[in-house]
Amino acid sequence: MLGPWLLKAPERMERFTTVSGVPVERLYTPADLTDFDYARDLGDPGEFPFTRGIHRTMYRGKLWTMRQFSGFGSPEDTNRRLHFLLAQGQTGLSIAFDLPTLMGYDSDHPLAEGEVGKCGVAVSSLEDMETLLAGVPLERVTTSMTINSPAAMIWAMYLVAAEKSGADWKKISGTLQNDILKEYIAQKEYIFPPQPSLRLVVDSIVFSAREVPRWNPISISGYHIREAGSTAAQELAFTLGDGIEYVEAVRAAGLAVDEFAPRLSFFFNAHNDLFEEVAKYRAARKVWARVMRERFQAANPLSWRCRFHAQTAGCSLTAQQPVNNVARTAIQALAAVLGGTQSLHTNSLDEAWALPTERAARLALRTQQVIAHESGVTEFADPLGGSYFVERLTLEMERACWSYFEKIDALGGMVAAIEQGYPQREIHEAAYAYQKAVERKEKIIVGVNEFVSSEAHPIEILTIDEAVARRQREKLAEMKKKRDSAQVERTLEALSSAAATDQNLMPFLIECVRAYATLGEMCDVLRRVFGTYQEPAFR
Amino acid sequence: MTEKRIRVLVAKPGLDGHDRGAKVVARALRDAGMEVIYTGLRQTPEQIAAAALQEDVDAVGISILSGAHNTIVPRICELLRAQGQADVTVIVGGIIPDEDIPALKKAGVAEVFQPGSSTEQIINFIRGHVARRA
Repeated sequence: MLGPWLLKAPERMERFTTVSGVPVERLYTPADLTDFDYARDLGDPGEFPFTRGIHRTMYRGKLWTMRQFSGFGSPEDTNRRLHFLLAQGQTGLSIAFDLPTLMGYDSDHPLAEGEVGKCGVAVSSLEDMETLLAGVPLERVTTSMTINSPAAMIWAMYLVAAEKSGADWKKISGTLQNDILKEYIAQKEYIFPPQPSLRLVVDSIVFSAREVPRWNPISISGYHIREAGSTAAQELAFTLGDGIEYVEAVRAAGLAVDEFAPRLSFFFNAHNDLFEEVAKYRAARKVWARVMRERFQAANPLSWRCRFHAQTAGCSLTAQQPVNNVARTAIQALAAVLGGTQSLHTNSLDEAWALPTERAARLALRTQQVIAHESGVTEFADPLGGSYFVERLTLEMERACWSYFEKIDALGGMVAAIEQGYPQREIHEAAYAYQKAVERKEKIIVGVNEFVSSEAHPIEILTIDEAVARRQREKLAEMKKKRDSAQVERTLEALSSAAATDQNLMPFLIECVRAYATLGEMCDVLRRVFGTYQEPAFR
Repeated sequence: MTEKRIRVLVAKPGLDGHDRGAKVVARALRDAGMEVIYTGLRQTPEQIAAAALQEDVDAVGISILSGAHNTIVPRICELLRAQGQADVTVIVGGIIPDEDIPALKKAGVAEVFQPGSSTEQIINFIRGHVARRA
């Protein structure tokens, strides 16, 4: 029927695919949704399986939290940026740490050379944490911290700083990323081997459930998996697969699923392919609800909800014609909102080059504010629900996810799969296939492989002075002179002994922090007890 | 007659673990017929230079995204020269601002591949440069 038409007006390509390479048909109709059941597959917003959103009123009740990730230079520098963002109407904080901190090294460690304050803020001790948070009302502002291998140590610093500022642990709230499994899979910021790392995660989840009940002790993250080059379905499946592993580990430590599951949170990427992303978020909620209710027999409806943060895709930003990134970020942010995110970070236009300048960071926040207050997409829940295409894509995403779960279970669970290099290989294959598609121009990137322009597009770039490193080293030396070194040794010794048993390490870390033991000192103790991890060679 | 295969060390110095670029380039060079040795993550300049010597490579490709390139890259070049490998082609890939490129080239870097570079450009550059050198 279409034959003569196609002869007259041929289509642009033989084969159309999503950004993840999934084939897309010309048209979707009721025939694509034959075995579709509203109550089973969707349900109303706020109802199992939450495909249409976790709240009944969605953004009519409360907009998402606009949470711009920020951190650079010294704790003083970042403290000023945090106050700036709050003054611009940002509704939650999100802190980025520098690489030495992420890897558990103090600013004065030889491996920290050249890296202090570059990719985030340098925090080596309680003193730095107190400077970082100075003047921030911790009982009112929620703080998210992107930290993984040393998450327990950094959280201990935050808790002691909060306590010293007079904030009550029962009232403060925020999120630790604390997702070590995706580090082995994608971002590779690991220190210890998987099992002791998992134990630190479990200790912080258990401690949180008992002592800091409003805290989200983990943000199970697909963001980095996607940035490493995965497809949308891989991002979904490996993230929820990690979630399953954490739930099993915390249950094995003695907590009932409903005691901690309501505080589990997730973090997804918001990439370019708008409908594929919306399908991914909808499938995430649906699959997680089933996993929690059926696999883990969670009885509390709060345990079934997949609450998530989203961040626009850093890997989609181009260094060429950087102003174009504003358009990309707006589309990606819209996808996250149409997909029902609980909080959102929008990247800045200059981030293919460096950390954002203040101006660029404000424009990124304004992009969210325009979507929230001008576009009208917030006035009703799940606007794309019922679209033949989006519903079909959501079903396919869900199927792909269950099928990955079967493979992961067959390999012996996520830790075993990681040790066998399975998710790493899948992601690398996808990344390589995408690169090839770009080089063959099957996928167009505006300003990179098409619409290239030779004119320069100068933008202002934030540079971090090496003086930051020098000042951090000096401050650290001063602090070490002032503290009670016998107390530091006692608390580190106690940490070392406890690490060799199966006691919860959080109280021991908190004592170390109170004595002003540094991040590097605490991590060194655990490096000696746990050993360090090297990834298997890349063939 | 067998043509000698180009040997390339792909190195990932610094604390950063984002290895998507390094691995994609390593794979592309391999697919283009080169012998590729990938160092793995978090190698010091000393470890990278030692590997370059031990593997007797024609080129070293350094992947760095963290902003630490001005500290790390010149040191690798210096170590290569000190061990008699001044003729090894050093290329850098990653987030390198335009204004840092002249100093890196002065330090001994043959070419810098910024974000958006294709693997084909990298392959062609290595082939051209190593062949001229031989």
